[in-house]
Amino acid sequence: MIRATSITKRFGDFTALDDVSLEIPDGSLTALLGPSGSGKSTLLRVIAGLEAPDAGSVEIAGADATGVPPQRRGIGFVFQHYAAFKHMTVRDNVAFGLKIRKRGKAEIAARVGELLGIVGLDGYAERYPSQLSGGQRQRMALARALAVEPRVLLLDEPFGALDAKVRGELRAWLRRLHDEVHVTTVLVTHDQEEALEIADRIAVMDHGRIEQVGGPRDLYDRPATPFVMRFLGPVTRLGERLVRPHDLALSLHAAPGSLEAQVARLVHLGFEVRAELVLGDGEEVAVQLTRAEADELELAAGDIVHVRSTALPEPEPLSA
Amino acid sequence: MADPTTLPSAQTAAGRWSLRVLALGYLGALLFVPVAYVLVKTFGHGIGRVIDSITTPAAIHAFQLTLELAAIAVPLNTVFGIAMALALVRGRFPGKGILNALIDLPFAISPVVIGLALLLVYGRGGWLDGLPFQVLFSLPGMALATIFVCLPFVVREVAPVLREVGDESEQAAATLGASRWQAFWRVTLPSIRWGVAYGVVLSVARAIGEFGAVSIVSGNIAGRTQTLTLLVQERYNNFDKAGAYAASTLLALIALSTLLSMTITRRREP
Repeated sequence: MIRATSITKRFGDFTALDDVSLEIPDGSLTALLGPSGSGKSTLLRVIAGLEAPDAGSVEIAGADATGVPPQRRGIGFVFQHYAAFKHMTVRDNVAFGLKIRKRGKAEIAARVGELLGIVGLDGYAERYPSQLSGGQRQRMALARALAVEPRVLLLDEPFGALDAKVRGELRAWLRRLHDEVHVTTVLVTHDQEEALEIADRIAVMDHGRIEQVGGPRDLYDRPATPFVMRFLGPVTRLGERLVRPHDLALSLHAAPGSLEAQVARLVHLGFEVRAELVLGDGEEVAVQLTRAEADELELAAGDIVHVRSTALPEPEPLSA
Repeated sequence: MADPTTLPSAQTAAGRWSLRVLALGYLGALLFVPVAYVLVKTFGHGIGRVIDSITTPAAIHAFQLTLELAAIAVPLNTVFGIAMALALVRGRFPGKGILNALIDLPFAISPVVIGLALLLVYGRGGWLDGLPFQVLFSLPGMALATIFVCLPFVVREVAPVLREVGDESEQAAATLGASRWQAFWRVTLPSIRWGVAYGVVLSVARAIGEFGAVSIVSGNIAGRTQTLTLLVQERYNNFDKAGAYAASTLLALIALSTLLSMTITRRREP
């Protein structure tokens, strides 16, 4: 268990973390999700000991770690830009922590071989980081962090520098790796899809505070604040409420709670159809339908339709 | 003046060629031709004369003294330069901007002024007159002058490299258990090694080529405080042109071999 209590961190006038408390259960994969400048990376670096908090304490595995240097926290850290040791081969990169710990040669060789297998870099041991692709470099960095058997694995935007396709592959791979290795993992990301896909717990951050902590479905279905709702997925406004475009239903006749609107534009996105409506008061609403639903209503631009929310439970009022 | 419409268009073949000719012509007139002329003059009277004039006792001593001064000044400036570059790039302390500007002082001030300053400080009636050992007109004074004139090279070569490599790999080393000292030796130093090497080469070249400051504090005593550059000057003043050329060639060869040795090691790197 990692417990951060009342952490405050300022950089000059900028408050990166404002009295933040968070508990991370053993064996979980927790995502710190938020826009840039929300304090998520700073929180991760405070947990790692790479940044000293101005106030508050960090506890790792039941022991106070606030004043403990990063060397002795039992952590593995993975950086967005790999932080590879460029003058060392892949083998020496992965072996680094073990050599510092003065492990025997045979033990190091065996452990490095095993880790290169786990991250799928068999046969790359003698290469230099400059001879690897971005995805391979990041897998090498993961192997390097895992080599010292950390109690906690901390990942700072680990896939942020990679292109979309590789990012998708590595996400799935990291999720499988976590299921095998079970090391408590904290992942910093600004990508809500990434957090929803691989984390079993998500802490949404904004302006140096934690907005909400919960499982991916909890946060998506029951966002505590409009910020969380907006950040986790597409939203549109219906009257006084924020709703997800797929939680709106269209009909040709008025129904209880429905509002009259005119179809301004239809966008066909493969299987789904996005209908952009204009309400009587001029407000715009986006509705997401399946193609079958759109065909059944025989929707066309200019039609008058009735729109209502089908969201359960009731979405939060906008006035928060 | 070249036609202003063709100059920036290095894309065209004519533009590329005129740029090459311009660059090579500039280097040729300023560098290749004079150095080549010294070589021609040196070996014009046969290799025997050259060997004779660089193996006189005074010449051998001057050669040794020059290397000795470089061997004192360059390691000191290398250690100082790396430490200073780390402080300037990574440190946060008041007065950093002033320190950063002060480091370039030896570049800005004429070596003659530096020599005179040392003379004032260590000479008769100076602040540090009366030390138990002799500073002026002996090795310590010449070493001080040499250290001073090549002070900025390593700092100036290493600082931008440090800035470029950033400190993430050092942080990674820390999270993997490395102490600051271990991180410095295993991660930082290898990643700035070419900056250090280049700074060292420039320092060596500057140290062995130093004339102004050393000529003032050395007293120029043949066989005792005469460096190679001072020997060249003395021979030239004594109308021994062939001897001056031979000593100049020796100077040039030392500088060239340090540069070459670095280039060759660098090429062997992966």
